[in-house]
Amino acid sequence: MAAIATPALEEYAGGTIAREQVGLWRDGFRRLRRNRLALAALVYLTLLVLLAVVAIFWTPYNPATILPHTLTFEAPSAAHLLGTDDLGRDLLSRMMQGAQISLIVGVGTSLIVLTVGVVVGLVAGYFRGWIDTVISVFINIFYGIPGILVAIILYLVLGRGLLNIMIAISATAWMDMARLVRGQAFSIREREYIEAARASGARSGKILFGHILPNALGPIIVQATFVIPIAILTEAFLSYLGLGIPSPLASWGSIASEGYAALPLEPYMMLWPAIALSVTLLAFNFLGDGLRDAFDPRQRR
Amino acid sequence: MTDPILEVRNLSTHFFTDDGEVKAVRGVSFSVSPGETLGIVGESGCGKSVTAMSVLGLVQRPGKVVGGEIMFKGRDLLKFTKEELRNIRGRDIAMIFQDPLSSMNPVLRVGYQIDEAMYAHDKIPKDDVKPRGIDLLRQVRVSDAERRINDFPHQFSGGMRQRAMIAMGLSNKPDLLIADEPTTALDVTVQAQILELLRDLNEQTGAAIILITHNLGVVAGLCKRVLVMYAGEIVEEGTAEQIFERPQHPYTWSLLRSVPRIDASRGHRLLSIEGLPPDLIDLPQGCKFNPRCPFRVERCFSESPPIEQVAPAQHAACWVTMERAYAEMGAGTITDTSPGAASGVHPGGRTLPVAEVQAAIGGASGD
Repeated sequence: MAAIATPALEEYAGGTIAREQVGLWRDGFRRLRRNRLALAALVYLTLLVLLAVVAIFWTPYNPATILPHTLTFEAPSAAHLLGTDDLGRDLLSRMMQGAQISLIVGVGTSLIVLTVGVVVGLVAGYFRGWIDTVISVFINIFYGIPGILVAIILYLVLGRGLLNIMIAISATAWMDMARLVRGQAFSIREREYIEAARASGARSGKILFGHILPNALGPIIVQATFVIPIAILTEAFLSYLGLGIPSPLASWGSIASEGYAALPLEPYMMLWPAIALSVTLLAFNFLGDGLRDAFDPRQRR
Repeated sequence: MTDPILEVRNLSTHFFTDDGEVKAVRGVSFSVSPGETLGIVGESGCGKSVTAMSVLGLVQRPGKVVGGEIMFKGRDLLKFTKEELRNIRGRDIAMIFQDPLSSMNPVLRVGYQIDEAMYAHDKIPKDDVKPRGIDLLRQVRVSDAERRINDFPHQFSGGMRQRAMIAMGLSNKPDLLIADEPTTALDVTVQAQILELLRDLNEQTGAAIILITHNLGVVAGLCKRVLVMYAGEIVEEGTAEQIFERPQHPYTWSLLRSVPRIDASRGHRLLSIEGLPPDLIDLPQGCKFNPRCPFRVERCFSESPPIEQVAPAQHAACWVTMERAYAEMGAGTITDTSPGAASGVHPGGRTLPVAEVQAAIGGASGD
């Protein structure tokens, strides 16, 4: 009887295993693919990245050169697809460079936030005690101060430059990430597999980055995605205030700022960066929402 | 006799909570010889797991080892630095946990988790780690080990996961394996397989095993020597045969009477132990079992009985012992196991008969 029962049992087990073989990532991306809005956002962002990469090697004109024999505030034409700006520079070229700046600031800030926020959050959540108290009090104090104010002051102190913009924006943006990771570490550290890892003699660093971090990765990625549009918007805002990227470098914010002055005469110069910013921010937010839905196990169907 | 590899002397572990000091383990002493199988039994909350955690230095705040010595191969683990302790854990003393489902990291592959324990200690040469991982999985009888080693834990069944946990525990060839309720979360047929596996591995690898469980049947199947714990203390110690055939502590005796036996005679009654284990913050005076003991005498309320030899290799902490209970209180024919039933000792106000309590409550509500 046992001889008959055993193979049947194994076959059954095999069937279950085959169905469950889909891992966390493939499962997540499969669900992301079903979300049309997120997919459209992903396509748009891919194109934007391509455009920014192309801008490294080629733009229709030099974005910083005042072109001879060109009028200022030219309307879109075959020669200048998006028209020209207040100094007679090609707007398409400047918008392409702006895309570059925006993406660099967005992704760069996100990476800084990711690194600082994850490390600080993990340490606070895992070791708890006085180190957690210090970090939490620090974060709570800064929660009462507007992030944009901190960014402006810090940027003025640090001086102009692309890296300094990213640092200034990260100065407050990492705190949300740290809070999130701290909360995750707080709950994951109590799991039995962490105890088991400790019992097998794993080092603290290994437990933090090898066991807790992989389990918190879903929400971390989602949060990192949401940091990108915040950083792009903050950079645009700083540039709009005239604090951003030093000219003649173009950013969507600085183009919009220069275009605002000319708004009664010529709407295009204001229009293009406004559209680009809105659509890009929307795309990142849709993608972030899509990722959150895809990686949130509570919504698993 | 060979020197013990582990000797715990007078271990006390307390938890400092807002409600007070929970004295979870008090003055526990025992030793484990190389290759020995020792069972620690007792009901939930009696301090079995805390004892094991104390040995590995894994007691977390607000808990703290407040006294005693834990001699491992002649050195006191309590005097070790964190790093020295980490080096012992998983390398010389390994531990496997109750719930194999939650004891494995769900996002890491099984093979990775087995290899990790080996990489953490450098005891196994780096080149040998991966083949040894597969060997171990085969050794714990997971079929198709080469392929299954790349599975995630959720692709394993409960029994397979516990096998993988055992493989992980054995990966560094430890001298001592502490198994904390290794079969509790598994169904009965798988339980038997896991126990058989542990027994075989004990013989093959020579690793001593401490098996912590509340299941007496599990102990009977694997352990040569047994400790019985109650309310944070060891109340009886002896060979498995002595504990099961001639228990001397009333708690051990009651515990055995509360287990259904397939070989019991028809007239054998299944008896429960009345009452609850004591509050570990506010312990009763004298013997900690006195509020529930059918055989208690006056002395049990004033003095804690020391653990003393009651037979060769058998020790019990009791003023009465079952030998006397059988001879003088008719323990063999007892049907009422309520506190003090056999001895008739009810010290003033300590235990009120149910009727009196009800009368008191009724009177109070009438006011």
